[in-house]
Amino acid sequence: MKIHEYQAKDLFSTYGIPVKKHRLCFSVAEAVSAYKDLGEQQVVVKAQVLTGGRGKAGGIKLASNEEDVASKAAQIIGMSIKGYPVEKVLLTEAVNITSEYYVSFAIDRNKKSVLLIMSPEGGVEIETVAVETPDRIFRFNIDPMIGIPDFMARQFAFTMFTSIEQVNQMATIIQKLYRLFIEKDASLAEINPLVQTAEGQLIAIDAKMTFDDNALFRHDEIRALAELTDEEKTEVSAKDKGFSYVSLDGEIGCMVNGAGLAMATMDMIKLYGGSPANFLDIGGSSNPVKVIEAMKLLLSDKRVKVVLINIFGGITRCDDVANGLLEAFKQIETQTPVIVRLTGTNEQEGRALLQNTRFLVAQTMSEATHMAVEIASKS
Amino acid sequence: MSILINESTRLIVQGITGRDGGFHTRKMLDYGTQIVGGVSPGKGGTHVHDVPVFNTMEQAVKQTNANTSIIFVPARFAADSIMEAADAGIKLIICIAEGIPTLDVVKAYRYVQQKGAQLIGPNCPGLVTPGKSLAGILPAQIFKPGRIGVISRSGTLTYEIVYHLSAAGLGQSTAIGMGGDPVVGLYFIDLLDLFENDPDTDAMVMIGEIGGNAEELAAEHIRKHITKPVVAFIAGQSAPVGKQMGHAGAIISSGSGTAAEKIESLKAAGVLVADEPSQIPELLKSVNLLKTK
Repeated sequence: MKIHEYQAKDLFSTYGIPVKKHRLCFSVAEAVSAYKDLGEQQVVVKAQVLTGGRGKAGGIKLASNEEDVASKAAQIIGMSIKGYPVEKVLLTEAVNITSEYYVSFAIDRNKKSVLLIMSPEGGVEIETVAVETPDRIFRFNIDPMIGIPDFMARQFAFTMFTSIEQVNQMATIIQKLYRLFIEKDASLAEINPLVQTAEGQLIAIDAKMTFDDNALFRHDEIRALAELTDEEKTEVSAKDKGFSYVSLDGEIGCMVNGAGLAMATMDMIKLYGGSPANFLDIGGSSNPVKVIEAMKLLLSDKRVKVVLINIFGGITRCDDVANGLLEAFKQIETQTPVIVRLTGTNEQEGRALLQNTRFLVAQTMSEATHMAVEIASKS
Repeated sequence: MSILINESTRLIVQGITGRDGGFHTRKMLDYGTQIVGGVSPGKGGTHVHDVPVFNTMEQAVKQTNANTSIIFVPARFAADSIMEAADAGIKLIICIAEGIPTLDVVKAYRYVQQKGAQLIGPNCPGLVTPGKSLAGILPAQIFKPGRIGVISRSGTLTYEIVYHLSAAGLGQSTAIGMGGDPVVGLYFIDLLDLFENDPDTDAMVMIGEIGGNAEELAAEHIRKHITKPVVAFIAGQSAPVGKQMGHAGAIISSGSGTAAEKIESLKAAGVLVADEPSQIPELLKSVNLLKTK
């Protein structure tokens, strides 16, 4: 789950990580009054959207008087960044920057631990730094049993700074950001850039956090920060019903048991020249209730011209799956052609049950995919 | 031979009194797996399918001399069960549960490491050494004893591929579903090494998917250290950026973790990559042919 910059900065504040004062505004008028309220001459107006690349898209602008704030806010509010409409902006005090750094905590899949990443090349995407100047990135895996004691935080900070004033500030930020990461079950906590001001202070002028969906059950306060797009709402409601759904923009609706097989099915549709309308994993069992819910979701997408059901009968036998489908389709009214491909335990029996019914039965994945692509291209 | 499990595997089922635990205990017993006990706090002294149930892993291991455990408890308690198994001296822990918070797994994994044990999963279907032992929820009847090692991040896609292998007369030495979460135990490199050193495995099939860079690291490892032929399939070539495709770990983040990158590195390491699952048997037959020439 992603959150906005202002929400991440509020969490930073709670954990004592230095950030500048800010105000969230939903309109030009609010931005102007927030400007007066902040009482600073130089401010930054920043689009609040759940995607990166705001600066490049023109979603972050400096302003230095009331009129300027009004015109910049008017430019940003209502613009669209990578398909996300900007509905609100953050007004923050501008900072006199002398240098920019990068610091983050993330999950290291390969080492199976939390990873601290730091770089003196802040303000650019860390992926770019990794490619262009890999020796300017420092990585430290954290042992979950001891976390980051003071000596270690100092040791990390000394790789970036020489003056003890800065080292102490950096060490504290590292420890606090780690505590935030762990206590809130984050999957990313990133400060880019962390800047040094002319006064020698380290401040987070941007903040990015994402959280582990599997841990949201124990963080109501984080869940409350979620702001879902319509598409994400559909995905979440599918999850509540026991299946995973991702909407795509093709014409062939897919219903598959298992995430890997579902991805492979989409890939084959592409390979054979068609385009999948969605990813849908209905999970292990294919009981009629679940099939009905999943079909409703699939058919609500009006672009779907044909449905491809691809089931591997493992623990659930193919004849049971076939009976489940027949049962479910008694309650589904649609003219959309439905192709069923059943393989696995008792596949002969399963296929026999579906012969001479409303279903088009295929034996292999390639046969089923060919059929689907052909029907989609003709209708 | 085979890897990780065989006829001398002595298995404990953690969460044996639950619905899934009980159901799969029956399936595994029918396959011939030696299940020596189950654990369910407060149900010690009872039996499930004639298997004795203990209150704690400590008691269970002491009284049964078990060496392997499989975890069917709900996600919220599963990381604790992993640690309980490691603490009791279990050397191979298989965790089926899906939905465990990643940081809980990170911590449990560290403890498993300290105890010198190995973890498979979480969010995995387990593993099978056909004809000898099944520790998981894989559909037993599709597997055939043979000489192909199968390593996968997925469940049903593995079954699909194994189904093609068995139909083509290519049996399996051991088949393992490693799990679909971002952080799981034994992974491609560990398992490729085990198969490389297993005299009864001739070739390996690795089934990867989008997300992370484990396939790329595996490719590098194959180039340097693996002499047996490897055939691969990577799912998710048509997956969009930034969307989680069912598995918690299957997500392309800002252009990295794509199927195209993985396929390219594998091909560069001499791995034959199938366009679709049904191609895998012919690719295996072609590499075996090359090897014997």
